[in-house]
Amino acid sequence: MTIRSARPDRGQHFRPRMLCLNKLEVIVVEMQDPKSGVTGSEQKLNVTTIPHVFAGKDIIAWIANKMKTPPEEAHVFGTMLVAFGYIYPLQNHKMLVMCNDTSLYRFQAPYFWPTQKWVADDSDYAIYLAKRNIRKKGMLEPYEQAHYNHLHKWLNHKWDFIVMQATEQYKAGKERKKPDRVVFDCQERAYWILNRPPRRTHSAMDCGPERLIDPNEDEKISFDQYRRKNMFYQQAIMRSKVKSSVSLGALVKYITTYKTHDPFLAPCQPSNPWQTDNDTYWTLNMRGVDVPTKMRVERWSFSLFELLTDLRGRDDFKVFLKKEFSGENLAFWEAAEELKWGTGSSMSAKAETIFKTFLAPGAPRWINIDGRTMGLTVKGLDHPHRYVLEAAQTHVFLLMKKDTFFRYLKSPVYKDIQKKALSPETHNFSPAQLEQNAQNRSPGIHPIILWQQEEEEKAKTAAASAPVDVKAMMSKIDRKK
Amino acid sequence: MRSPPIPEMATQEVQLSETLAHLKTESDTLKGKLEEERAKLHDVELHQVAEKVEGLGQFVMKTRRTLKGHGNKVLCMDWCKDKRRIVSSSQDGKVIVWDAFTTNKEHAVTMPCTWVMACAYAPSGCAVACGGLDNKCSVYPLSLDKNENLAAKKKSVAMHTNYLSACSFTNSDMQILTSSGDGTCALWDVESGQLLQSFHGHAADVLCLDLAPSETGNTFVSGGCDKKANVWDMRSGQCIQSFETHESDINSVRYYPSGDAFASGSDDATCRLYDLRADREVAIYSKESIIFGVSSVDFSLSGRLLFGGYNDYTINVWDVLKGTRVSILFGHENRVSTLRVSPDGTAFCTGSWDHTLRTWA
Repeated sequence: MTIRSARPDRGQHFRPRMLCLNKLEVIVVEMQDPKSGVTGSEQKLNVTTIPHVFAGKDIIAWIANKMKTPPEEAHVFGTMLVAFGYIYPLQNHKMLVMCNDTSLYRFQAPYFWPTQKWVADDSDYAIYLAKRNIRKKGMLEPYEQAHYNHLHKWLNHKWDFIVMQATEQYKAGKERKKPDRVVFDCQERAYWILNRPPRRTHSAMDCGPERLIDPNEDEKISFDQYRRKNMFYQQAIMRSKVKSSVSLGALVKYITTYKTHDPFLAPCQPSNPWQTDNDTYWTLNMRGVDVPTKMRVERWSFSLFELLTDLRGRDDFKVFLKKEFSGENLAFWEAAEELKWGTGSSMSAKAETIFKTFLAPGAPRWINIDGRTMGLTVKGLDHPHRYVLEAAQTHVFLLMKKDTFFRYLKSPVYKDIQKKALSPETHNFSPAQLEQNAQNRSPGIHPIILWQQEEEEKAKTAAASAPVDVKAMMSKIDRKK
Repeated sequence: MRSPPIPEMATQEVQLSETLAHLKTESDTLKGKLEEERAKLHDVELHQVAEKVEGLGQFVMKTRRTLKGHGNKVLCMDWCKDKRRIVSSSQDGKVIVWDAFTTNKEHAVTMPCTWVMACAYAPSGCAVACGGLDNKCSVYPLSLDKNENLAAKKKSVAMHTNYLSACSFTNSDMQILTSSGDGTCALWDVESGQLLQSFHGHAADVLCLDLAPSETGNTFVSGGCDKKANVWDMRSGQCIQSFETHESDINSVRYYPSGDAFASGSDDATCRLYDLRADREVAIYSKESIIFGVSSVDFSLSGRLLFGGYNDYTINVWDVLKGTRVSILFGHENRVSTLRVSPDGTAFCTGSWDHTLRTWA
């Protein structure tokens, strides 16, 4: 189905987006070199002999040798040559793949290559189908017949022209020698399978809706755009940058830290659910577990960000903060997050609650930030917007990151949970057990149910605890809307 | 025959083209100077730093699940935070929510348009967002009731002037970030449908975006048909960094897990790594034998592996530090259009134009 509305139809002129075509052509030309190319043979079709016929396995072997790739990759490359229409199969002509056996293929004539500057448009297709109809009535396949009927309807105004062209081509075809005619018919058929693929055929010409930019056009940059560009460059030049050794060192450090936590690099304990069909790994790591796993607890120590992102870790942090009577920083941070990511309509109500709870003089959970930030924040709350608490939130976060977080890691609360944490034993399933697991995959709990449970929990803690659980109050305001 | 130009207009025209040429020269000079500044701090290559890191072993990654149910090309997919559910969208307008672990289909929605190129799962797990040729992004709240018609509660959130290429929820269900063929990205309030911030700067279709996983959570990166990858400040709408080293359209961008770098995949058959703190490209992942475009990229949990889905139906796995390819995976019968690693890194899922999705581990 082509989208005909306001989309540009640049057809063939758009091919520069297919950067691969030029490289493919170079290879295809080399493959046909009589000395160093693929060795071909002839095929006998009834009385006719078709020259230059190649076996799939020979083509794939040539590619593997030339590009120095293993056979599977060469096979993929071979399939792409067929999918782009540079090579076509003689048997099973609707499957645009290369088979690594004695199946036969021919090289497509350059006239029909995808880089040619003419579009495979509907008029040409109509002429082709009409010509086949003239030759033998009822020879069209069902999908071709459907196309034909559709084209007959919407190209009706030039149908006489189409029939005339078809007749001319049919007559010209009859003048050719039989082998040439057979070859040309195969080539033409292959071209149309590629450009009007039947339903189950995967053709590389089938590439989806066009992108709007025309890569052939030079970018016309206006006066204003240049001005803006130059300003951007100036700012970029002045922006502070870090030495490569420092920033790349940080990337390597990150990888080394998380190496044992990456399921692709180190095995999950007890086992990767996708590999053994047993979801214990997920149940052990749920949001609300009493006792977390050792790996999970270790991960909390990597950064404050990790600790806070894992809600179970955040809970443990809160236990510590309660003991220290310094829970207001985290509470403020949570409230600020709720404001930043919440709905636009709830912002004023939230801003007011935050002011009353954390910022007003004598507030029940007054946070200790420097006078300047406090002043700016309170002023901004007159006209609250999403980022009004940004400065205060950053200050509080940095405080927690540089001080509270490290004290937490050294605290009895953390040491205690480290001791209690589980270290599940690796699963060792026999093939029979694995079969069993595959039959009995657990459905788990639906996220909607988990969400509802969590909301109820929040509401309960909000009602029961004092001082006020600000986060719960925030979500309540959101839910009321 | 043109009438002779009026003298003042002629001088004006000449002045304008002189200034334009002047600006262009200034632009080229500044660009050169920026490259100089970047090069001054470039004291080591990534693979040199990586020499001390031990090599990777052999990988055995197999297809663990094949999800069949779409009747046409799968264009996009996203994971739910529960690490097992996914949402996928296809060319025929169908959006399906699956429990990929059991392979059960849980919800299905039919969009009123074809080519649903973008879909996303809400952080709460209670809704999905999708859009495509309808130029909009719509949010569908999910329901536990199998018989409920999800289309009834559909909410139209984003409105662009051309196709929607990508969408993502921010840290909550209440805001959505979108990118479009009209060359802009935009941040929307879900409840009211109001435009909160728009991001202008790409000279052509924007094809992909990704939100930064940082503690501030205020930036995102986008890639477009103008071969540029831009980093944006969500508060001000300004483009704060820009990288133009690809030779063709950028189909996919994804942040490195620490948020200090990002990878991109392009039609020029390469994946590239950009370091945000050093403000430069630091690695190119390519091979002579790989000539078909990359449609989608994602990192493993630690950032050591980069997975790329390609238009030649394969998946290439790259060692991010050493720059070598560690594995190539076969299985799909048409181009791989989308690839995402699961939230806990235990698997990755690919969607393909062969109508199926596969989970690999």
